[in-house]
Amino acid sequence: MNDIATKKPCSGATELAAAVRDGHISAARITRDTLDAIEKRDPTYNCFTAVTADRALREADSVDRALASGHDPGPLAGVPYAVKNLFDVAGLVTLAGSKINRDHAPAGNDATAIQRLAAAGAVLVGALNMDEYAYGFTTENTHYGPTRNPHDLARVAGGSSGGSAAAVAAGLVPLTLGSDTNGSIRLPAALCGIYGLKPTYGRLSRAGAAAFVDSLDHVGPFATTVADLAVAYDAMQGADLADPACATRPAAFAAGELERGIAGLRIAVAGDYFATGGTDEAHQAVVEVARALGTTQKVTLPEAARARAAAFVITASEGANLHLADLKKRPDDFDPMIRDRLLAGALVPASWYLQAQRFRRWFRDRVREIFREVDIVLAPVTPCAAPLIGQETMIVGGVEIPTRPNLGIFTQPISFIGLPVVAVPIRPPDALPLGVQVIAAPWREIDALRVARFLEQAGIANGRPVA
Amino acid sequence: MPNAEDPERERRAAIGRMAKTVGLDIAAAHCDGVAANFTRIETLASLVMNFPLSDQPEIGVIFVP
Repeated sequence: MNDIATKKPCSGATELAAAVRDGHISAARITRDTLDAIEKRDPTYNCFTAVTADRALREADSVDRALASGHDPGPLAGVPYAVKNLFDVAGLVTLAGSKINRDHAPAGNDATAIQRLAAAGAVLVGALNMDEYAYGFTTENTHYGPTRNPHDLARVAGGSSGGSAAAVAAGLVPLTLGSDTNGSIRLPAALCGIYGLKPTYGRLSRAGAAAFVDSLDHVGPFATTVADLAVAYDAMQGADLADPACATRPAAFAAGELERGIAGLRIAVAGDYFATGGTDEAHQAVVEVARALGTTQKVTLPEAARARAAAFVITASEGANLHLADLKKRPDDFDPMIRDRLLAGALVPASWYLQAQRFRRWFRDRVREIFREVDIVLAPVTPCAAPLIGQETMIVGGVEIPTRPNLGIFTQPISFIGLPVVAVPIRPPDALPLGVQVIAAPWREIDALRVARFLEQAGIANGRPVA
Repeated sequence: MPNAEDPERERRAAIGRMAKTVGLDIAAAHCDGVAANFTRIETLASLVMNFPLSDQPEIGVIFVP
């Protein structure tokens, strides 16, 4: 048996795809190993809410038959992946982390993102846990239980795409999909010590992904390497009339650009708002990344606190409006973790919401000016490492503050204006993982991925799975 | 003035009235949580409402970054 035949399911996506395409291992074998690993190990982490074994074996067989007949099954040939359970999977009820949605009919079709990954040869093995309706940063889901952080089982995986991040960090699958409205890809990626990509707003189609806040919703991948992130991102690009926010601009493929290094990129650190409010370790992670990138330049994103506030207001209002009918009919069926927030959000006056949207335009214009001077801005992902499950407050800068509303203070101002970000995992010695946001100008995902790849090669960033 | 000496009670009453205007009946068990969350939103909204913006409106429902 050669080396590749003994690869565990946690091998990287591009590595597995190459092995399948080269005939060293079959997609069916990888799929069976992955399903076995999920069955044996997922109860420890509680990442999966559904396992699509029959479908996975069918898709794997299709990949193997394509190869046998001389056809190219795609760049993700035989790569097992799973999706946050807000993505439509044909034949499954799209739970979006809720109890209420159990009453819905199963999805008739796959979400666009899943269709595109399938077309690239990837094999869907299941759906993943999340905060109910994506309204949270911890994946402490009352209906389906908390997802546990593979680095410390007593701690949260982050959220709302907690199952997506933990499944990759635990080595159950090399690739997952999540969604990010205020930080829900970046934050769990950071707390679980893996890479996450939140593309530019409108870059990837959200069709078939349950909405949370349409103005702010994005979808994107999680992976243990930058190359895997880029290949998945490339496979999902392209216009889609089924998502009105999806851009019609041509795809900008990233996988072939990663080895260009950082020459020519102007990199700065976000100061002021982003330089305070976190633990020393969170800010030190940014310092170390900046040092590795050879930059001392600082920029100020003006009124970032107000941007975070405006994102909070828009989220409260749109999120509640989406669920108003059920809030009226069956409020007790919502997760208590989010019910009162949704009820309060339903009362937000239109003037607050509209002013927040108008402020969004102002903030976008100011930040656009900054991106005339720099190409990349660095900022922390979270103010701290993963909190304990059930932890109500945390100490930051000697001040005790509520945990859950404050985990997204550094991510919310960035997604508010739809900028592309790679969350880069930093692992301080003998400590829990942290993350750094590598933020690029709109539509310049490639720049952020090049920087992430440089940090990976330099040994500064490390997305290796735990097991 | 009714409830003038108990602003918290008046505040909850106001939240109850607003809830009724959108057809919500907030159960007594949820009142404290809703009030706390509404106060958090209100505090953050005040940051946005106090910021001077030009009269140019946000146009279109699709945001372009």
